[in-house]
Amino acid sequence: MQRITIDPITRLEGHGKIEIFLNEQGNVTNTYFQIPELRGFERFCVGRPVEEMPLLTNRICGVCPEAHHMAAAKAADAVYHVEVPRTGKMLRELLYSAFYCTDHTTHFYALGGPDFIMGPDAPVAERNILGVIHKVGLEIGGKVIQMRKYGHTVVEIIGGRKVHPCTSIPGGLTKGITEEQRKEIEMMGRWAIEFAQFSLQVFNDIVLGNKTYLDLIVGDVYTHKTYYMGLVDEKNKVNFYDGKVRVVGPDGKEYVKYEPKDYAAHIAEHVEPWTYLKFPYLKNVGWKGFVDGPDSGVYMATPLSRLNAADGMATPLAQAEYEKFYNTLGGKPVHQRLAIHWARLIELLYAAERWVELATDPEITSPDFHAIPTATPTEGVGIVEAPRGTLTHHYWTDERGVVTKVNLIVGTTNNYAPITMSIKKAADSLIKKGNVNEGLLNMVEMAFRAYDPCFGCATHSLPGQMPLEVTIRDAEGNPVNVLKQFCE
Amino acid sequence: MTEETKPFEPVIIGFTCNWCSYRAADMAGTARMKYAPNIRLIRLMCSGRLDPTFVLKAFVGGADAVMISGCHPGDCHYVEQNYKALRRFHLLKRVLVQMGIEPGRLKLMWASAAEGAFFAAEINKFVEEVRALGPLNWSQPGEQVSTPIMEEVHA
Amino acid sequence: MSKPKFAMYWAASCGGCEIAVLNIHEKILDVDANFDVVFWPVAMDAKYKDVEAMEDGSILLTLFNGGIRNDENEHIAHLLRKKSKILVAFGSCACEGCIPGLANFSSITELVDTAFSTITTDNPENIRPQSSYAMPEGIITIPTLNPVLKTLGQVVDVDYYMPGCPPESHQIAAVIDLVIQVLQGKAELPPKGTTIGAGNSTVCDECKRTRNVKTIKEFRRIQFTHTDPELCLLEQGIPCNGVATRSGCDARCPTVGAQCIGCYGPAEGVVDYGARLISAFASVIDSNKPEEIDKILDGLVDPAGQFYRFNLAGSLLRSSKSAQKG
Repeated sequence: MQRITIDPITRLEGHGKIEIFLNEQGNVTNTYFQIPELRGFERFCVGRPVEEMPLLTNRICGVCPEAHHMAAAKAADAVYHVEVPRTGKMLRELLYSAFYCTDHTTHFYALGGPDFIMGPDAPVAERNILGVIHKVGLEIGGKVIQMRKYGHTVVEIIGGRKVHPCTSIPGGLTKGITEEQRKEIEMMGRWAIEFAQFSLQVFNDIVLGNKTYLDLIVGDVYTHKTYYMGLVDEKNKVNFYDGKVRVVGPDGKEYVKYEPKDYAAHIAEHVEPWTYLKFPYLKNVGWKGFVDGPDSGVYMATPLSRLNAADGMATPLAQAEYEKFYNTLGGKPVHQRLAIHWARLIELLYAAERWVELATDPEITSPDFHAIPTATPTEGVGIVEAPRGTLTHHYWTDERGVVTKVNLIVGTTNNYAPITMSIKKAADSLIKKGNVNEGLLNMVEMAFRAYDPCFGCATHSLPGQMPLEVTIRDAEGNPVNVLKQFCE
Repeated sequence: MTEETKPFEPVIIGFTCNWCSYRAADMAGTARMKYAPNIRLIRLMCSGRLDPTFVLKAFVGGADAVMISGCHPGDCHYVEQNYKALRRFHLLKRVLVQMGIEPGRLKLMWASAAEGAFFAAEINKFVEEVRALGPLNWSQPGEQVSTPIMEEVHA
Repeated sequence: MSKPKFAMYWAASCGGCEIAVLNIHEKILDVDANFDVVFWPVAMDAKYKDVEAMEDGSILLTLFNGGIRNDENEHIAHLLRKKSKILVAFGSCACEGCIPGLANFSSITELVDTAFSTITTDNPENIRPQSSYAMPEGIITIPTLNPVLKTLGQVVDVDYYMPGCPPESHQIAAVIDLVIQVLQGKAELPPKGTTIGAGNSTVCDECKRTRNVKTIKEFRRIQFTHTDPELCLLEQGIPCNGVATRSGCDARCPTVGAQCIGCYGPAEGVVDYGARLISAFASVIDSNKPEEIDKILDGLVDPAGQFYRFNLAGSLLRSSKSAQKG
């Protein structure tokens, strides 16, 4: 039996390994997606004061620390039974919206985008942000850098630092913003809306306008009919920061809607001995293995899931795109995994609109951003939508507010079973009779990348007329392409 | 006697201040008052000089216990620094407990230059208390416990 | 002439160091112009076997972030040491263990048991992950977890240390500038073992708050008070680690009203970071009576965590007794 090992998986955050087994005929018999690491946050956060959790859990992920910071802050608020003042909530959500714009941008342009813009079996050397810029134009690189800069600037203004924000505490934040800061944040938000619209145009022209890509998106190779999960506000519109968790079935109908504090009644995690990560599933449907369908508890939590689980977007421009999305793809729910890339851009637009909405609220500069907790701390759950999926933090503390127990269900973890299934299906469909090449293996990885399991590639800044010469090398180190801009 | 039947001999590092407690040790010595050889004394000018780093180094270096001694409160040669030692001792002890080092392995005592007998008696008492606790054997998994200090005691 | 080779690798890390490198924005162009990036799993597809095939010492500069948590991390640390001329322990995890180092308060058994028995974990047979497991198709493996987390310097010889969680981007840019100047013969590398990309003083030096003589009658927790934005946080009873933490970050956290949690590691000349903080905090307690001292200290609910938050694996004690028992 032949065996293909992809180790380590590259161009993402974190570590992962894929094993593909082939039989004598050269067809795939099974695929295993293993997570080789465990750091132990659920244990070593025990004994820490609960107000440190937004700082400690930042370090679960340096790409989306903002998500953990917010989930931890909300869980700590719940532990103290304290209500954050309106301004405090708005400031947190404003930081969070700007972060979403940065994060979704990085993924689309540096990770997912290249597969479409260059083509899934384009040479390795071109399948990255540089290839994108070469094909579409230098201008794109500059815009991507600008979006990242703006997003991180907002995170720094409200959160104190660009990576690992430090201002959320139980009851609110340690500081507010001045009118001068507010103006700057608003200006950047308006630019972000334009950038999001530009990105959707890029997707429309390059991806939707290309029949091969469209077939890939709507085709069966990357399709699974699972349950879908996302946070919704009181009008059942997508919200990243707050709300209730709503799950819809493969038929699109609401299966359950629960408050964060009740998550444990609905979610369980399956264990396998060959990986350090667990597989969450819907407890009351049950674990039936790595299969989809209404009788399997496997669910997905991604931008696509959030759009499927909600009744619409809360802001006008994003709502229009939401309607176009479902009209194009044949109604709700959409099951094709590659459509996640499109859903991600719709969320980018919503996040930018929400950014401006919050930045122009008259109370955003109010000094009332923190309420001092007075109740005895006990236990609390905080749930936000991380860009990669629903993020749950659950803490128990003693009467001093020192953590005694922790349970975490992290964004990408929700998708561990769906990703495993997507990889297997892609491998099954694409690898036949032992015909394996690099391009095919990349198409197997595309199944993975759509979920945005964190990180993407380096983004480059190309400020106008600066001379740039970049040599792109293949895996053996041989130069494959040399890009030159404004060079002799 | 075989290795297994040798009684456990604690290795203790004692930080003594120059003006009071070291002189107490001196006095015990010149008066031939016997005290256990398990303690190795290190003289500081003042108990306030005691950097918690010294205590940690002692444990990592193979010590089973550490004693700090200084002048009685109010009698510090440098006026108030033994109070700093007192506060550091209290805070350090809490940290050591969290690290799994029993509070009985760190002792703070005050002894004036005239209290040789008291000094000797306290040391003997401390040695027995530590003997009852057993060896600390501070080492990382896969690495040896530091032995230099211990070898010196048995030599 | 070929450009000198550059590599960046993450062991047990969070990816924040990678993001900090990207946040040098335009400067990444200088990296591109002056170096040949040969291995960087987050950004390009070179694999371990490609590194193994390289000549010893052929990579000029490797930035290694993340702590050494399992045997794969350790193996790659040795591999990159062999293949690199200059190996930098990049970021707090590689320098001193950082947050994953907090695992050293517990045994590895406790860490794994906790993860596999949470309230939502469905594990009736009490399964634990196995390094090697036989599936019908073949044996599949995952790395073995080491009993304690180690710093990079505890497993290989390190040339330079760059602290921070993550290192601030302007510091990274400055170091890249320096290396490029060295390549052009315009500057010299500092002595081996130097901490680079950071200051030589403490965070207090960069903090703009007003400082007076400190006399603390009570330690306060940040959520229970609206702090004075102009006055030193420690003076207000908020446990701020700036007093012993290396400068270089512009005191960002105290600037926004949050206490310094110590992510830049020990200041120059400090042997044990926690011991230094114990000394400093104890010195400013305003009491000479044991019972009163104890009562004031009760306000620090987690002293070991407070003083060794980022530094446990790199401290003198390195791990707790229960972690050592396994």
